[in-house]
Amino acid sequence: MVEIPASTKENGDPGPIAKKGMQAAWPICLGYCPIGLAFGVLAQKAGLHPAEIGLMSLLVFAGSSQFIAVSMLSGGATVLSIVITTFVINLRHVLMSASLAVYLRAVSRGWAALFAYGVTDESFAVNLTRFRNGNWDWRQAMVLNHTANAAWIGSSILGAFSGQFIPAGAFGIDYALIAMFLCLLVFQLRGSLYTVTAIIAGVLAAILALLVPGNVYIVLASILAATFGVFFRRLARIFHELLSRDHEDGRATGQPQDVDSEAYLNGTSQGPIPEDARKDGHIRGRSK
Amino acid sequence: MIHSEYLILVVGMGLVTYIPRWFPIFFLSRRRLPQWFSEWLDLIPVSILSALVFPELVTSGNPRHLDFSQPQLWVALPTFLFALKTKSLGGTVVVGILLFWMVGKLL
Repeated sequence: MVEIPASTKENGDPGPIAKKGMQAAWPICLGYCPIGLAFGVLAQKAGLHPAEIGLMSLLVFAGSSQFIAVSMLSGGATVLSIVITTFVINLRHVLMSASLAVYLRAVSRGWAALFAYGVTDESFAVNLTRFRNGNWDWRQAMVLNHTANAAWIGSSILGAFSGQFIPAGAFGIDYALIAMFLCLLVFQLRGSLYTVTAIIAGVLAAILALLVPGNVYIVLASILAATFGVFFRRLARIFHELLSRDHEDGRATGQPQDVDSEAYLNGTSQGPIPEDARKDGHIRGRSK
Repeated sequence: MIHSEYLILVVGMGLVTYIPRWFPIFFLSRRRLPQWFSEWLDLIPVSILSALVFPELVTSGNPRHLDFSQPQLWVALPTFLFALKTKSLGGTVVVGILLFWMVGKLL
């Protein structure tokens, strides 16, 4: 199976599950710590006790909504309005869990319920990339989720106590999550259709971010871009089938059209690394 | 120590955050998905990642406005190229942080 070139390089070695999950979690933890610290400081300045801060990080575990909740709290907002705002901000996780669900078929309901608790933008992105590469297990994914969770809770409590001593933006660590998302985005660019969809999503998201306050733009742009993508894929398939039918009239060979058009769409016909072709094969096998 | 109103708040926030995370896993993981839907889901990750990161790079402020002068954007270009070239997650994070730190020192 294809190992994604991350911190670990031992190919095929099963290794202890916990170790692998934690190794995969380090970029997330590196990104969470400064944000968690900042959250702790902010919440403490808004008058929350370290125990209250830790409790929010434990029960909610969703960065941006916690920041907004704290600022709404100090602005005197009602409980109901904060809860509704939280709901809207975190609704985007529906799409992420839906994408992860395919890989959790063998998991019992109870474990799946615990797994769901740890679905964040970051854990979703890392877990999905690893699941797609095929050498990822739900137990490792679970360890990753809870390692990230521990980093988040720990750093926010630490921030509540001592955050004021840490200068904001030390050593460029603020950039960890953006860099991680950029690299995970690169992993997802598995062919021309994915690249086109990514461009549409990015441009739409930026436009919507300028027009609509809040972060609904993430959900809206993702839904629209994926829908465009499916539409393009179908169109290209019809177009390609028409073309290959013309070809077959001349040749009368039983070409496996389906494989052909998929390869064309996934960009494998343009000759990327063979790893990609194998990955695509793996996913196609799953989705049918 | 913890007020009951605060407890209601965080439990409420926890519930409305948890349910969207749990619902699709509970209902979709045991079902055969129609072809168009799994094709659609297949494109969701790339869309979300792009939608998460791109506005961060080209907009700033509150209310947001277009801003092409942020170091976030200019550091993103070499970081992205590094990711394309090496496909290394850890390496990309380290390079991104270092570049961002260096740019911060220069400005």
